Amino acid sequence: MKKFEVTAQKDTRSGFGAGLLEAAKLNENVVGLCADLTGSLMMDAFQKEFPHRFFQAGIAEANMMGLAAGLATAGKIPFTGTFANFSTGRVYDQIRQSIAYSDKNVKICASHAGLTLGEDGATHQILEDLGLMKMLPGMVVINPCDYNQTKAATMAIANYHGPVYLRFGRPKWPVFIPETQAFEIGKALMLNEGADVSIFATGHLVWKAIQAGEILAEKGISAEIINIHTIKPLDAEAVLNSARKTRCVVTAEEHQINGGLGDSIAQLLARNLPLPVEMVAVMDSFGESGKPEELLVKYHLDTPDIVAAAEKAISRKG
Amino acid sequence: MWFVHHFCNVGNQVTISDVQQLKSMATQVRRDVLRQVYNVQSGHPGGSLGLADYFTALFFHFMKYDSANFTMEAHDEDVFFLSNGHVSPVYYSVLARAGFFPVSELSTFRLLNTRLQGHPATHEGLPGIRVATGSLGQGLSVAAGVALAKKLDNDNRMVYVVTGDGELQEGQIWEAVMYASHNKLDNMLVAVDFNGQQIDGSTLDIMGFSELGSKFAAFGWEVVHMDGNNMEEILRVVPEAQAKMGKGKPVVIIMKTEMGQGVDFMMGTHAWHGKAPNAEQFENAMAQLPATELGDF
Repeated sequence: MKKFEVTAQKDTRSGFGAGLLEAAKLNENVVGLCADLTGSLMMDAFQKEFPHRFFQAGIAEANMMGLAAGLATAGKIPFTGTFANFSTGRVYDQIRQSIAYSDKNVKICASHAGLTLGEDGATHQILEDLGLMKMLPGMVVINPCDYNQTKAATMAIANYHGPVYLRFGRPKWPVFIPETQAFEIGKALMLNEGADVSIFATGHLVWKAIQAGEILAEKGISAEIINIHTIKPLDAEAVLNSARKTRCVVTAEEHQINGGLGDSIAQLLARNLPLPVEMVAVMDSFGESGKPEELLVKYHLDTPDIVAAAEKAISRKG
Repeated sequence: MWFVHHFCNVGNQVTISDVQQLKSMATQVRRDVLRQVYNVQSGHPGGSLGLADYFTALFFHFMKYDSANFTMEAHDEDVFFLSNGHVSPVYYSVLARAGFFPVSELSTFRLLNTRLQGHPATHEGLPGIRVATGSLGQGLSVAAGVALAKKLDNDNRMVYVVTGDGELQEGQIWEAVMYASHNKLDNMLVAVDFNGQQIDGSTLDIMGFSELGSKFAAFGWEVVHMDGNNMEEILRVVPEAQAKMGKGKPVVIIMKTEMGQGVDFMMGTHAWHGKAPNAEQFENAMAQLPATELGDF
């Protein structure tokens, strides 16, 4: 098992803030909108550097999505910022009609996604956003795994024309992706080559998958670990190539089992290469208040859960 | 041919200065509306007929645009957004008559593979449309985004918007109203199609708004009232509204119209909001709208 060096503990939302500032320096068409959460989204550096390109929308997310569609119509590259819940479920029809169906070049940037939002509880812990967004035709859906990848993804989507959903989170999290690692939309990242089981992970759970891989290695199991940062378009080639080799699959994500990465991979395999699939995800329930790590344990999104899922998947091989 | 003599081609735009010719164009637009809806036996004739005069005045008298070279960005052009997208027949008619696409294409309204979708959309690439509308309440926000961009780009052209009055029941409208005022979007002129009707009945009965003008004024808008079915009044009041622009406040025209205007049996009722006439009703309606030299599609 390859060793990963943790270079820092940083929140992925800070990666977004840093990436937005860099993207804005490189392209004068980049503009930012925020619904009264500028500090939480780490957009303050951008706001300070480019005050005329920052638009405070107030607590009016539906209007913010429309404003973004209008700015995109006029040739700007708007990045909207609010919590994942208010970036998706609250404004679904606005995104569907004014942005996705109208093919607007809007970047919907969503922080505080998933259980690791922590103490604020289930009202804010959206676990359905990946599903909501991936169902929209033409929407690119990205869920990076650490600070460096979030920064790189933010800069990459500024150069991509079309609607994008970029999901990140609140807690400080191990930084293990090299700063120099290129980010290619729709291209899975091989983290560890293995032979016995393929683990496809996204977002915060990529680090958990790496830890699981180390435990599995101690047990003599060779896990292939692939980071699926782009849920849509899914890197079908990478998934199928790996599954062909290992003959069983585990998916891991901080999202409902319905509609997330596991669903996408299971659909791909069912249509092309039916194999055992085990899913580490939230099992059709809402979250609750608690510390991020406590919640990951309680809702079975932790390292031992990925280890157990891998062993079960291997046991199901024909 | 009065078309040649009385219409003035400015760039790729037909501009009509004469009030009688504008009225004639509005009549042709009404004939187009009825024919589109009748052909496919679906669509929304009532609101479309009520808006024919204002749409005609905007596209053939007030707005500056380049219909032959449509761009999404519309730099240095006036732009128009229809927020209540269901009145697509009137929108399609003026766009076609203004040269955005062939008039003959009106015959494809709502048919399979058409660019003239039931509700306006960009997806099929119809020139003139800049965002999909139909799900109500969204167009004003998008227009405000374009107004912001024009300010950012020091582009002095205007953003024109039409919303329905029933549509004002959507909360997003008031988010946009508050935003436009707070951010001094004084390059935006919004007309509320105040016809007092919605699908289930009169707006006053469904969820009425008393003192609509006062509501906008309380939100910090300049408010103008106008009869949207009187071409002389439109030509007089819209410049007054335009004169209020550029002074730190967005401007709204509370525009009284009659749903079904021009066709007697479609007026004074909400029944023709989303219903197509049968053959007899179509003939009756067309007989009330004299043919123009522009000709039907």
